[in-house]
Amino acid sequence: MRVGVLAFQGDVREHVSALIACGVYPISVRRASELAEVDALVIPGGESTTIAQLAQIFDLYQPIKDRIKAGMPVYGSCAGMILLADEILDASPEQKSFGGLDISVRRNAFGRQVDSFETQISFADGSSELMHAIFIRAPWVERVGHGIEVLTTFDSHPVAVRSKSILATAFHPEISGDYRVHRYFIEEVALPALQQVQ
Amino acid sequence: MAELTGTGRVKRGMAEMLKGGVIMDVVNAEQAKIAEDAGAVAVMALERVPADIRAQGGVARMSDPDMIEKIQAAVSIPVMAKARIGHFVEAQVLQSLGVDYIDESEVLTPADYKNHIDKWNFTVPFVCGATNLGEALRRINEGAAMIRSKGEAGTGDVSNAMQHMREINGEIRRLSSLREDELYVAAKELQAPFDLVKEVAAAGKLPVVLFTAGGIATPADAALMMSMGADGVFIGSGIFKSGNPAQRAAACVRATTFWDDPKVVADASRGLGEAMVGINVADLPAPHRLAERGW
Repeated sequence: MRVGVLAFQGDVREHVSALIACGVYPISVRRASELAEVDALVIPGGESTTIAQLAQIFDLYQPIKDRIKAGMPVYGSCAGMILLADEILDASPEQKSFGGLDISVRRNAFGRQVDSFETQISFADGSSELMHAIFIRAPWVERVGHGIEVLTTFDSHPVAVRSKSILATAFHPEISGDYRVHRYFIEEVALPALQQVQ
Repeated sequence: MAELTGTGRVKRGMAEMLKGGVIMDVVNAEQAKIAEDAGAVAVMALERVPADIRAQGGVARMSDPDMIEKIQAAVSIPVMAKARIGHFVEAQVLQSLGVDYIDESEVLTPADYKNHIDKWNFTVPFVCGATNLGEALRRINEGAAMIRSKGEAGTGDVSNAMQHMREINGEIRRLSSLREDELYVAAKELQAPFDLVKEVAAAGKLPVVLFTAGGIATPADAALMMSMGADGVFIGSGIFKSGNPAQRAAACVRATTFWDDPKVVADASRGLGEAMVGINVADLPAPHRLAERGW
């Protein structure tokens, strides 16, 4: 399985390190030719408006949307979650997302940077050990639609959700050094989804 | 566990999310919107861009809270604002407004010629300028969660930013080559805390994100800074002092993302109209050089 990290902007390097720690050697994706080489994609934390803008300018917006629709496994953290949501709340009307998850996400739902926080949450990977989670100007999920499983909530808001082939977290496991979410994406989301396609 | 705000990881993590992006100086909500639409990762709200501060002279201070709030209301990307070096009350005011990052900036007139702000006392993260590694580590020791090269703001002359990036990264490479028992003297020479020196020597990089700033005016300037190892770029006067701000802003964003692809940088550089009128740093009399503020 070849995994790509969308590398227009954001904490690409941290996702690359996390994937390497899980035994997957990712390539960075900024061009259509690079997207064509990967079986699965990670959308990093960053500014969702900037990433969406650059995807449109460099002709990756529609190809990514199409690949997601066709079942390519994707994981998005924070900005990545926003970009995977079918509906974005509190965004400018022009803001586009790739979509794929039938959820509504509220941008900066926990507040501004002064409200950013770290805490411990439980993650539904079968482990009883709490996970350290870092929320930075983080979104939350406000509406959960068809075929969406909520993996984790914080303050009763869903902050980690999945569908058959898509995983999204409002927090940043890539900067906490706890790579269980990445491992979960590879083993429980991407591999089964790809096997089913084959 | 309860929620912990204002931790080192939350502050430094915020800067990680800005990597690979362009942060633009804006003086009103309209410019902020143009910057956001062009793909800026954040805006710096200030009353006068550095080129005007330079031209008009006088004491430059924190911006009017009304103006900052208008910009916050206009965009969804992070909003940064500048406080004077050592002016911790301006910083408290900016924190109370909910700005996402404070730039303790040499572009404003310093309020304290000896001490910088004790940045550990704040929930909001700080970015500080540095001309060399020692200065960067002193700022990190005071709690800065992000460093930027100083360059010479408001000139459109990229030579100082270039020099600062070479200094900082050159000194980091030198540290990495030293034996551990030589780091004590290195710390003394850098006038920086030993623990930070040791951390940088082991990691081969700063413990925080390193952006570049000062004199960047073209897409090629932005790409040059990225290829010198910057994590991202601040563009001050370069955009809104040029002929076609919206187009130049978008072009600088594209060149920053594809800094390693000269074809994209070439395309981004086409037909941008007039760049800001520059000032050669060498022609500036020493007392007017902003990079020399801060120590």
